[in-house]
Amino acid sequence: MSDFSRRDLAKLGVGLVAGTALGGPALAQAPEWKIQPEKGASLRVMRPAKFVQGDETLFLENTAKYEKMTGVKVRVDSEGWEDLVPKSAVAANVGKGPDVVYGWHDNVHQYPDKVVVLNDVANYLGSKYGGWYDLAQKYGKKGNNWISIPLGASGSKMVYRKSMLKAAGYDAVPKDFPGFLKMAQDLKAKGTPIGFALGNAIGDANGWCHWVLWGHGAKMVNEKDQVTLNSPETIAALNYVKQLYDTFIPGTLSWLDPSNNKAFLDGQLSLTANGISVYYAAKTSTDARLKEMTADIEHASFPIGPVGKPSESCSMVPAYVFKYSRYPNAAKDYIRFMMEKEQYEPWLEASIGYWGHPLKFYENNKIWTVDPKHTPYNSVIKNALWLGYAGSLGYASAGALADYIIVTMFASVASGAKTPEQAAAEAHKRVERYYKI
Amino acid sequence: MATAALNRTGSIVRKPLVDLLDNRNVLSVICMAPAAILLLTFLTYPLGLGVWLGFTDTKIGRPGFFIGLENYISLFDDSVFWLVVFNTLLYTTVATVLKFGLGLYLALLLNNHLPFKAILRAIILLPWIVPTVLSAIAFWWIYDAQFSILSYMLQKMGLIDQYIDFLGKPNNARASLIAANVWRGIPFVAICLLAGLQTISPSLYEAAALDGATPWQRFRHVTMPMLMPILSIVLTFSVLFTFTDFQLIYAITRGGPVNSTHLMATLAFQRAIPGGQLGEGAAIATAMIPFLVAATLSSYFGLQRRKWQQGESDG
Repeated sequence: MSDFSRRDLAKLGVGLVAGTALGGPALAQAPEWKIQPEKGASLRVMRPAKFVQGDETLFLENTAKYEKMTGVKVRVDSEGWEDLVPKSAVAANVGKGPDVVYGWHDNVHQYPDKVVVLNDVANYLGSKYGGWYDLAQKYGKKGNNWISIPLGASGSKMVYRKSMLKAAGYDAVPKDFPGFLKMAQDLKAKGTPIGFALGNAIGDANGWCHWVLWGHGAKMVNEKDQVTLNSPETIAALNYVKQLYDTFIPGTLSWLDPSNNKAFLDGQLSLTANGISVYYAAKTSTDARLKEMTADIEHASFPIGPVGKPSESCSMVPAYVFKYSRYPNAAKDYIRFMMEKEQYEPWLEASIGYWGHPLKFYENNKIWTVDPKHTPYNSVIKNALWLGYAGSLGYASAGALADYIIVTMFASVASGAKTPEQAAAEAHKRVERYYKI
Repeated sequence: MATAALNRTGSIVRKPLVDLLDNRNVLSVICMAPAAILLLTFLTYPLGLGVWLGFTDTKIGRPGFFIGLENYISLFDDSVFWLVVFNTLLYTTVATVLKFGLGLYLALLLNNHLPFKAILRAIILLPWIVPTVLSAIAFWWIYDAQFSILSYMLQKMGLIDQYIDFLGKPNNARASLIAANVWRGIPFVAICLLAGLQTISPSLYEAAALDGATPWQRFRHVTMPMLMPILSIVLTFSVLFTFTDFQLIYAITRGGPVNSTHLMATLAFQRAIPGGQLGEGAAIATAMIPFLVAATLSSYFGLQRRKWQQGESDG
């Protein structure tokens, strides 16, 4: 905190990469927070159901703490991940329901007019906690206004078995695409194949397919929302996946989100892409076999493709406040409260790395170093692009994503049903249907 | 009318309200009103709204504008939509035929005098009683690429070398889902037809036996015609349920791989809710209506033709 220039730069707030530029963000002097909850306020909060127990426990504990400190009554409803989207949409449409929603990535960009502008919350948090990552800003802002405050994101990393890689002659996951393919082929030859989901798995399949697509420099749309999918880069990505798919464990075309977790924990997979939940499940299991596997599980960032920069994706969870709420100030105050160090750090730690942080300050949290296996998940938000890259977020990006256009494109080439050229042309046409508006 | 006449004679004096309630027309309107209001509120209005949404570009969180047939024109050009129409027709046809064949067979078996008849009949109903989502999850495991019990057993028996890719190949996935749907649907058909079988008077069979009819002739000329009315109703319902199936698909494949198991209902949901394109989703749902009406009319009227019921041949 004695570093004068660092603190001042960080104070400039949102959008500045000050922290990273100077080697690690620090806590800036707290700006003043003036918004007080309305008298007699009560809040209804909707959030995604827990995936790791610690997440929910601490979230509720923090909420109880808030109730005690402010006297505001807060009810938290946990919704299944897939129910959250329609429920939030219905609330937006009918103008009734929860005051605060912790929803999925671009949901709020489909109804930006229905939510309260949260610039005060974002600026306060950003300047206090070393600034927001670029991706957090992309998801949080519409134009110049913050319409949501990212709570965190769950993202995938390469999850692998050290012993199996070693047996195939690898100490670590190669850092480039050709090296990664070669490793996958060697693993297959050893009878310990890799596997990524290619069914309609909203999280897993989208995650790794976009990584390969973006890694080759291809994108669904450009910055002006013009469809650019049918390109030589996309064909290259499809050819790469065709080769990669030949090394997969059988059946990945039918995989949904839980499938790779099950196969990995059963010992059938040498490598897959997943959140930290596989490791967490093994670590906390009472099964002796899984306990043994824990030591053998390692994590790594996704290899970097020809494009030369990380091209991962993540599932962002932003909080937003509907305009119909009778207590917008209480809602803002609650969201701020949950992001403050005193609450956020215990929550981050209890989630043991399942949620990545959107504010740079939390990069230094001990959860990322207490177990070296957590460390790769530190960069979930830092390394990721948004689903809908490089265009804007909104109806078109949400529609294209929900329709599994990118996943289907890769799956149809992997299965041999289509050539890369056919698949790219067809997917291009499907994307255009959404972006014509 | 009767009250009016009485009044003219002056023999009975009545209050106007009572008069009003005695009026047949008024009374019938009052008695019908609750049913009509229920139908209008819960059936006609949502249906009308759905059809209307299909003609708009409504998005989640944004009211739409009337755009005429644009959604339909856009769907007409969408290869996924046509694939899904094909999937739905295939799914409905194959599943319905199988459900009826097997359901009728089961009903005939159960109609015989079997030991533990009541228990057997109760057991038959089980697949239908289990919540769909539960049975869907069970099937999801049965068809799992890595943990399939079927593949495991076949492999142990030495019949296959590697696990069957039940849900990974388009046609396998379609067949697997149809099998799951048939398993779920048979009890409904079987129990309904069994009820129908039991209403057939034994004297008809006795008469047929006296005339020297073979078992096949008895089935063809007594059972079938007598069963036709209930068969047509059950068929209509079964087609409707199958055509609009959602849960099995959504829990087992989400419409994958490569959209090969998407049905119109799942696609409508996918585009309307997670995708936010309410107008287009409504258009897909509305596009189901002609198919449903056609299926209903053909199974209902086709099978209810009098000739069939009287045991005459079609020609």
